Amino acid sequence: MALFEIRGLTRDFGGVRAIDGLDLDVDDGEIVSVIGPNGAGKTTLFNLVTGMVPAEQGEILFEGRSVVGLRPSQILELGIARTFQSVRLFPEMSVRENVMVARHCRTRSGMLKAIFRTPSFRREEEETRQRAEQALAFFGSRLVGWRFDTPARSLSYANRRRLELARAMASDPKLLLLDEPTAGMNPRETQELTELIRRLRDETGVTIVLIEHDMRVVKGVSERVVVLDYGQKIAEGPYADVASNDRVIEAYLGRAATSA
Amino acid sequence: MAKSSLEPRGPSAVRRTFQLPIVDGFLWLVRVAAIVLIVVGASNSLTSARLSGQQWRDLVVFGIAQGSVYALIALGYTMVYGILRFINFAHGEVFMIGAMTGFYVSDGLSRTSLWEAQPFVSLFIVLICCMTVSALVALLLERVAYRPLRGLPRLLPFITAIGASFFLQYTVASLFGTSVKAYPSVNALSGALTLSGFRILKVHVLVIVAALLMMAGLYLYVERTKAGRAIRAVAEDPEIARLMGLSVDRTIARVFAVGGALAGAAGFLFGLVFQNVHFLSGFLPGIKAFTAAVLGGVGNIPGAVLGGLILGSVESLGPSLVLVGLGIPSAHQLKDVVAFLALVLVLIFRPTGILGERVSEERA
Amino acid sequence: MAEPTVAIEVPVAAGGDLLPARQVDVWRAVRLGLVGGLTAAFMSANGMVEAFSERALLGGETLGSLLLVAVPLLAGYLAGRPPPVLQGFATPRPGWRNVAGGLLAGLLSGVVMAVFVSLIATFDVRRVLLNVTPELVREAPRLLTFGLEPGAGLVLVLALNAVLGAVAGTLHLLRERWRRAVLAAALWILAFAMLQPVIVQVLRGIQAELRIWTAPLTDFLYEPGGALSVPGAVAVGAVAFGIHALLTREGRRPVRARLEPLPDRSRRLLRLAVLAGLLFVLGLLPQVLGPFLSEVLNIAGIFLLMALGLNIVVGFAGLLDLGYVAFFAVGAYVTALLTSPQSSLGVGWIFWAAVPFVVLAAAVSGLVVGTPVLRMRGDYLAIVTLGFGEIARLLFLSDWLKPTFGGAQGIIRVRDITLGPIEIEGPQAFFYVIFFFVLLATYVTYALQDSRIGRAWMAMREDEAVAEAMGVNIVTAKLSAFIAGAMLAGFGGALFATKIGSVFPHSFNVIVSITVLVVIIVGGMASVPGVVLASFVLVGLPELLREFEEYRFLIYGALLIFMMQRRPEGFIPSRRRAQELHEEEVTQDAWPRTQATVRQEAGPAGDGRSETS
Repeated sequence: MALFEIRGLTRDFGGVRAIDGLDLDVDDGEIVSVIGPNGAGKTTLFNLVTGMVPAEQGEILFEGRSVVGLRPSQILELGIARTFQSVRLFPEMSVRENVMVARHCRTRSGMLKAIFRTPSFRREEEETRQRAEQALAFFGSRLVGWRFDTPARSLSYANRRRLELARAMASDPKLLLLDEPTAGMNPRETQELTELIRRLRDETGVTIVLIEHDMRVVKGVSERVVVLDYGQKIAEGPYADVASNDRVIEAYLGRAATSA
Repeated sequence: MAKSSLEPRGPSAVRRTFQLPIVDGFLWLVRVAAIVLIVVGASNSLTSARLSGQQWRDLVVFGIAQGSVYALIALGYTMVYGILRFINFAHGEVFMIGAMTGFYVSDGLSRTSLWEAQPFVSLFIVLICCMTVSALVALLLERVAYRPLRGLPRLLPFITAIGASFFLQYTVASLFGTSVKAYPSVNALSGALTLSGFRILKVHVLVIVAALLMMAGLYLYVERTKAGRAIRAVAEDPEIARLMGLSVDRTIARVFAVGGALAGAAGFLFGLVFQNVHFLSGFLPGIKAFTAAVLGGVGNIPGAVLGGLILGSVESLGPSLVLVGLGIPSAHQLKDVVAFLALVLVLIFRPTGILGERVSEERA
Repeated sequence: MAEPTVAIEVPVAAGGDLLPARQVDVWRAVRLGLVGGLTAAFMSANGMVEAFSERALLGGETLGSLLLVAVPLLAGYLAGRPPPVLQGFATPRPGWRNVAGGLLAGLLSGVVMAVFVSLIATFDVRRVLLNVTPELVREAPRLLTFGLEPGAGLVLVLALNAVLGAVAGTLHLLRERWRRAVLAAALWILAFAMLQPVIVQVLRGIQAELRIWTAPLTDFLYEPGGALSVPGAVAVGAVAFGIHALLTREGRRPVRARLEPLPDRSRRLLRLAVLAGLLFVLGLLPQVLGPFLSEVLNIAGIFLLMALGLNIVVGFAGLLDLGYVAFFAVGAYVTALLTSPQSSLGVGWIFWAAVPFVVLAAAVSGLVVGTPVLRMRGDYLAIVTLGFGEIARLLFLSDWLKPTFGGAQGIIRVRDITLGPIEIEGPQAFFYVIFFFVLLATYVTYALQDSRIGRAWMAMREDEAVAEAMGVNIVTAKLSAFIAGAMLAGFGGALFATKIGSVFPHSFNVIVSITVLVVIIVGGMASVPGVVLASFVLVGLPELLREFEEYRFLIYGALLIFMMQRRPEGFIPSRRRAQELHEEEVTQDAWPRTQATVRQEAGPAGDGRSETS
């Protein structure tokens, strides 16, 4: 059984059909890339899966259970975490605090325990802190040490993307959805992040689905590529197959490109 | 791995995303309770025949007159929200300043011979003064307090508006005193007319007619003139409007000026009907007018008119119709509670309003 | 900061010289002068100048004349600042430009005032503008013209304004350190002059309670009429100037840096010592201050309690609750109902027996208010809560619910607080009770801020959708915030009812909500020291100096507008936001910078510290 299955997913926005009868399977431990021209519905797909946009038709199964209709916080608890296309951090909170927020659904202490500083509260806080620092340490020395306490808004662009990734990882997800994780990075940073993604899967076993435009990343990291256009899946398979697929080329470059 | 505390539903047809069922259940309970109370109260009142037909008609007319005043104020709220997605909390004070201006001008004019000789000309002069002063205050507000904050997260201009509201209230209080100002009487407006058997106070007739004329004027302005077109364009999409060469700053200023002028007129009419104005007169009508704007659909000009009329009538008829029927003593004390309840209920249950929202794609 | 920084000058243009410094910013000076003049005219027309002239301030001058003098000084100071330096321009050197800017602004404000003075000298506008009294210009003491007849007075007004503006401009000729020292000295003199009632009382109190002979100091500082004496002012100014200069000398390490190398045990001891000292002072405070000032502190303390509560709702969770007074009312009414023998319940319990019910009622109210607004956007939420607050007040006031709540007559004979056999009577004793609750609320604030729920609130405030995607249960978070805030306000209401001895519905109006909002905004949202300071200044001062009471709401409104234009974080930013002040990271996003030189962290390349990685 696949970790993650989508069947006949459809979603309209006003008059536009953003996702059209999409079927998709992702197996445990895979790295799958979702590509397609702008407006193909890739981010909408992520929004639907994580519950930020309600699905109207179709089914989304995670570990065999339907996640349609759940709140995003419930979906994170089940094990699906994501990053955002435009980095959405909590700017006034510190780097460490940003990551600690992701542990919210893995901990239980409420207001009363916080006020009375019970032993279980203190244990959870320490645990949350450690786990957050651990997630940040994954990126080497960039986000550690004195950086823990800096406000997130003072980070450079690349570090912000890394912080978002650390934040998503800290919730111990089974499925990680990355929305254009290397957008805006220079080649060296892109290369580094590509390796990091693979390392992430290899070390923790997390399944990764990423939306990407940079084909070097797609080629370098994916085992399987899915191509969307106008909300439909038009091709699927290893990178080499997909890259030479006529329909895919047409979607990106227009009909003239295939007839040229 | 932490245990998940919920059991997701099995594969089935899609269902609407909703939160704790308790929350929605509670809200449904409130809806049902409200309807039951209204129906019971109304039927009780009507069957017990405590008020005569003429009294009911008076209440209805008064409701429409009051509602017209609210509608004029609501237009200012709705236009500003439609363009800027921002509640101009100080709009009630713009109204109050119009009412105060009306007092001073009519007080001054009443000492001249013009007042008795040409009452309608005098009233017209007062009206123009009120509209001008209020428009200027609204422009000043926009330029000084709101423009620097345009584009910032929504709460910052809102808090500024609260500050501006307070500031204007107490400026008027400190400059002009806190005593109640009484409008001079207009002989031509005393007494009642009889239209097809119904007795209506002349003042109410004037208010309703004046309000209707101004709303018609606004409609023509927005639909037929170039400036009005610009307003509609900016209200729909400020970015595109800017690319088309429209001056967004000037259009927004115009919206504030027109809304302010209408509020000033409303202040004058308010003074005619209620005769007493003071520095806090703007607070309640301001809130009620905002309710009216949301009730009709914020950003929607006909909506603001509809909302105003409905709210005015509900406030006028509510206590006598529903509350008395429910056996609540001193129901008229609670007319403001009715208005606030309406505010709360509209915002909770139907924030898009009766005729639907019409706000810009993004804030200007 | 532990990192050494090396200033690197980034060359602006290859081989180009910097353009000469910009000249006087005329437009800015004109604007400042006009605004200043209009402000002074406004303050004269609304009676502030006259009302404030009752208070003798320094030597022969009053607070009213200070208002008139402060305008050109402030306008001149702001206009005399060097214009902002754009990339490519040289930094202007201090010189005649600063003075000229100040002079221009001062002159213009003088012109506006002169026009105003001539207008009211000529026309009698008292029928409309009630507070434009003859004492301003026409008759003695001719406040606006400092005693002179209108003719000579106009000249004086013009000249004085211009000169003061120029003088304020010359401050910019000083190096920053000295300028700040001068400003600090001026501020301290002002504080000593305005807070004369407090300082005199404190000195007297110290003499009475601690047997330290402070009378000669009091006589030296203050004249019998209540004004600060000239020698006293000079002394205060000199001391303040000296201390400030000492504190800012080159190479002096800030207090924190000095404390860092100390071993943990010494630090803990130091902290305990400071705490013990503070507690000692606070324990003695009510006795030293006397009943009137203790009462002022009590009122400020109750508002502080509420501010800490609203700080959770607005500052942490980002929910703008304008109906906050409703929770305050609930706490007050529950306390009155349960402790007054004359209420509709008539059970006459002791205060502490009523407290659990206050907590319960407040929590329920928080739920009732919070549930319907869960899915509303910020401004609608504010208006709806405002509606709830007004509905609550009107219901408490109504005849319909009079049998329970007493209607307009309210509930009287609320019992005093008892600690065992001791009855807490009088403001000085009550101070300790309020202080206890404030301490509790402060602890709760810090405890919640640094916890799972605190982080959830702040994440929700920053970006609700993403917070939810990161696992925060938004419903629980919002309701918790409302409940926590409601409980603190409930305590405030309980204390309020007990202190006054009765509850009347007209005390629970929207102005209370707005006052608390102003306190937390001016004090800095989520900054406890700021909120403390703000509540003492904004609530305590009008109670202390009666002139401010009249114009209190006018000032609140102006403050809100001003705060939103300048610094949405408030005057004392919380430590979180203050961290930014010590950050010197150059972010790739914050480009281009407007200064001509750029300071960069110069670490050895490749250790991951430089920001370009």
